Amino acid sequence: MDKKTSLPMKIVVYAIMMGYAVVALFPFLWAFYTSLRPTREAYKLNFDLSNLSFSAYVDLIVKNDITRWYFNSFVIAVSVTILGVLLSTMAGYALARIDFAGKNLIFMCILGVMMIPGQITMIPQYMLLNRFGFVNSYVGLIVPFVFNAFNIFMMRQFFMSFPASLEEAAELDGLSKIGTFFKIVLPLAKPALTTITIMSFMGSWNNFLMPNLLITSRDMYTLPVGMASLNSQYFSFPNQTMAGAMLLSAPMIVVFLIFQRYFIEGVTSSGIKE
Amino acid sequence: MKQRSKQFQSNVAGWLLVFPVVALMLVFIVGPAIFSFGLSFQKYNMLKPQEATFIWFENYVELLKDPYFHQALYNTFKYSIVVVPVQTAISLLLATAANQKIKGQTFFRVAYYVPAVTSAVASASMFMFLFNTNGIVNRFLANFGFVPVSWFNDPRYALPLAMLMAIWSTVGTQMLVFLAGLQDIPGEVYEAAEIDGVSPLQRFFYITVPLLSEKTMFVVVVGMIGTLQMFDQAYIISGGVGGPLGSTTTVVLYLYNKAFGENRLGYGSAVAVVLFVVIFTLTMLQRYFFEVRPKRLERKGA
Repeated sequence: MDKKTSLPMKIVVYAIMMGYAVVALFPFLWAFYTSLRPTREAYKLNFDLSNLSFSAYVDLIVKNDITRWYFNSFVIAVSVTILGVLLSTMAGYALARIDFAGKNLIFMCILGVMMIPGQITMIPQYMLLNRFGFVNSYVGLIVPFVFNAFNIFMMRQFFMSFPASLEEAAELDGLSKIGTFFKIVLPLAKPALTTITIMSFMGSWNNFLMPNLLITSRDMYTLPVGMASLNSQYFSFPNQTMAGAMLLSAPMIVVFLIFQRYFIEGVTSSGIKE
Repeated sequence: MKQRSKQFQSNVAGWLLVFPVVALMLVFIVGPAIFSFGLSFQKYNMLKPQEATFIWFENYVELLKDPYFHQALYNTFKYSIVVVPVQTAISLLLATAANQKIKGQTFFRVAYYVPAVTSAVASASMFMFLFNTNGIVNRFLANFGFVPVSWFNDPRYALPLAMLMAIWSTVGTQMLVFLAGLQDIPGEVYEAAEIDGVSPLQRFFYITVPLLSEKTMFVVVVGMIGTLQMFDQAYIISGGVGGPLGSTTTVVLYLYNKAFGENRLGYGSAVAVVLFVVIFTLTMLQRYFFEVRPKRLERKGA
């Protein structure tokens, strides 16, 4: 029906699409606009471009250690992502390609674990980290979040569909097993790897519940935890709160715009079962 | 003999590669999940762990009697029952529109997905600003004669506001899932129907909807699980307490405040176990209705 879509139909389709685009983007655009306005004008419903400035950002950054929160968020998200992607790839490869005792049991466990909601592990995880002194530390904010069943599953699916003949050919050409893995398999796994990298990074960057629980001092705040603490404090400075919301969401939006194809792949492939 | 050593080598290689994730899974997921069950039968105060006592089902009994837990459960279900159908319908509508080979596909997909990559903390503060008593939503509505309401300070409106936020941030993701499903439906199916004189609306309900049932079930199950675990938005719009008048207390927020606000880890674990059972049952029911039963009926029919 695409070839001869009638004009009224087209208008309806565009109206729906544009309408929702406005709904999706308006909060950001207005929040950004507000973050540039003076405090006393923040609640006004008008469009006045005369006295915009970055002073809300400056005030917010001067009064709070936001650079430190950025640093914490980056260290944590990058570590979780690198460790997670590396370990998931190793496991995914083994589960797809190597015949070893207990393989099926492990794979069933990984599938089963996907059904365990995070809330049931939250309390014992906290007790465990507390017992070993990892509350309010980078280790405590990184290590428990490295395991990701979905990433392992996804890498396994990728390696299952990867033609074994390619590897055999490389081995016949004299490459070692490890050489084959790094020189032939990994470069071809780039799309799958990019997808899980981005999904892990986003999960870690936006993570709130557990970090909010595990962080006890301001110098360890990640951006979401820090911004949540400002929310109540800066209630009468909406321009600064909105500046905070922008500082928190901007990095993720930029990453998304650059890698949007891989995000979309990540979402759609998570919808495919088996 | 050689065969055996080869198998041995594979075992070693396999285990070396999976060992790290297996260890992490046992320590941080499986272990804690099992421990949680044990803990739910204990009176366990975080500040006095040496006084922990085994109390059988007392936590569960207290839980079932606690009106605040009833309220949390009621809020969470209400939230789920509104959010899931609405977001599923909107995303299906948008996916159908986006599948019409129109211009600007990339722009629309990016625009719709931006809310999904945004931290719940950031989107909650944006919504709280827009829906403030003096905020622009009220000012805008005032033009049509509406009296300003204080959305997240009014028990009548706080939860609906949270619902709106959830729908806003999830639609983009679900629309992509539906769109992928729509693109898998071969064009000939529609063409054949068109030749037979089937109207566009009928085509939607008799072709698109049934062929998308698997995607729909995925979207609905993921949506239900997500909404039943709602925490971030409720925590932020209520400053952590679940107010006003408990109207935004969700099950997870209740759990959080009992376990870490009142230091009652055993009681908190009982809440977690109940939540787990609810989510697990729903997933199984969904599976049954969308996968097992249709297949059985199909076999019977054939």
